Amino acid sequence: MSIVKLSMRLVTSALLRAAPAALALGAVVLAWEAYALFSGISPTTLPAPSRVVTQAWEHRLALLDNMLPTLAATTIGFVYSLLAAFAFSVLVDFIPPIRRGLFPVLIVSQTLPLVAIAPLVVLWFGFGLGPKIGLVALVAFFPMLVALVQGYAATDRDIEALLASMGAGRLRVFLLARLPSSLPYFFAGIRISITYAVVGAIFAEYAGAAKGLGIYILNAKNNFRPDLVLAAVLVSSALTLMLFGIVVLVQRLVMPWDRLERRSP
Amino acid sequence: MTGYRLQLRNLRKRFGDLDVLGDISLTVRRGEFVSLLGPSGAGKSTLFKILTGATEADAGTIHFDGQPLATRPSPFAFMPQHDALMPWRRVLDNTTLGLEVQGLARAAARKRVQPLFAEFGLAGFEKHYPAQLSGGMRQRAALLRTVVQQREMLLFDEPFGALDALTRASMQRWLQAMWQQHSWTALLITHDVREAVFLSDRIYVLRGRPARMLTEIAVPLPRPRIDLTSPEASAIEARLLDTLLNQSPD
Ligand SMILES: Nc1ncnc2c1ncn2[C@@H]1O[C@H](COP(=O)(O)OP(=O)(O)O)[C@@H](O)[C@H]1O
Ligand SMILES: [Mg+2]
Repeated sequence: MSIVKLSMRLVTSALLRAAPAALALGAVVLAWEAYALFSGISPTTLPAPSRVVTQAWEHRLALLDNMLPTLAATTIGFVYSLLAAFAFSVLVDFIPPIRRGLFPVLIVSQTLPLVAIAPLVVLWFGFGLGPKIGLVALVAFFPMLVALVQGYAATDRDIEALLASMGAGRLRVFLLARLPSSLPYFFAGIRISITYAVVGAIFAEYAGAAKGLGIYILNAKNNFRPDLVLAAVLVSSALTLMLFGIVVLVQRLVMPWDRLERRSP
Repeated sequence: MTGYRLQLRNLRKRFGDLDVLGDISLTVRRGEFVSLLGPSGAGKSTLFKILTGATEADAGTIHFDGQPLATRPSPFAFMPQHDALMPWRRVLDNTTLGLEVQGLARAAARKRVQPLFAEFGLAGFEKHYPAQLSGGMRQRAALLRTVVQQREMLLFDEPFGALDALTRASMQRWLQAMWQQHSWTALLITHDVREAVFLSDRIYVLRGRPARMLTEIAVPLPRPRIDLTSPEASAIEARLLDTLLNQSPD
């Protein structure tokens, strides 16, 4: 099956499944539009959805220009994070004491409020892309690590016993059984992480950046343009959905057996 | 030389406070099909774990062809309880697993396995995933994965336990035919009296917690065995059931 055909099928089935949610969302948007139109509320307080969309279109070049750095920080940070999570998971799997030493530290790293560390990181490392990548990697790391470690542990004991009877060593067992067993868990972790990553990038930019959706939102707010704030939110949502969709597509390609498993009794 | 392929003497195994194997001795001759019959939880799988090296016995000796087991490469091809097929591998790649672990290149391993697919009733399913197979086919794939390793002896741990009665009966017939053709040496674990009588040359009966040998019964029925309606077969079955029911404490 070609990737194009597969993505088309995925999109169609996603749209069908999303129909009730889309209807509910549509109702909210309509009510909002009506309220903004008839209540006489000022557009600098609550802009109508139609205004958000037309303004988004009018400022499309600026929005695109600010979306690209966010996309870059998100994807680069996410990739680093994924590589680090995988490396640590392997370490933890082969040397269990590391888990006891490392996990408490990592859990503490997850409790740091982004609102507080983002400005500090910008203060220490500047306005460039580097610190943003670092922040994204920090927020995206943990869900993937936990998912991987959990996935290794979920390996079928019978399969491990079988491999042992065949004479497979620890590394073989990891590559042939533990790693593939962890894939469904890993992808579940990736789905969480990729959404965290976008939020992390926007937060990092909000704390200081030359360009990016985060700083765009901040400027629009300071200029009393809630319509442009919402336009940027729209763009970031679309970005998240797109990245999420790519993850789902990759999962389908990497794990073609997964759907068969779930379909069979 | 003892003349035995496999000889276990006075094996014991505890898991903490749980005394699993009391004192197990048994033998299997070349070309013999031997069953180990016992209730669930008796410690049958644990015995196989000791043989395949997944765990160690606390006491006792294991010899294969007269040599201590530890001094030689493993002679066993093991088929675990449940088929243990890897859901992420296609059927063909599941069946080559043992050969790959032995170091054979994937292409060479496939070449060796492919011709056997027809005999195992799996022709045309090479590229399928295990989830696309019926229960009987999964079991045959697991069996194929076991025998292509070309080890000296086969260990089956309740291979048909998860199958429906009809599939199970047909798999037992099929296994008997395969065994006669290939003159395998096999040790089968089961808690099914009929299965043991149908397939075995000899049957060891285990009592559980801790596992001890109750009796050893020869099954001198002619092969191929079509069904077990003869008076001799019924007598053996009755004797096995009697032993199991009268001796288990619960
Ligand atoms: N690794 C282990 N640690 C502790 N107890 C175990 C372990 N493996 C098996 N047991 C226990 O040993 C007993 C025998 O198990 P098993 O050999 O699987 O029985 P069977 O295959 O005859 O049904 C069971 O009570 C089981 O809970
Ligand atoms: Mg068992």
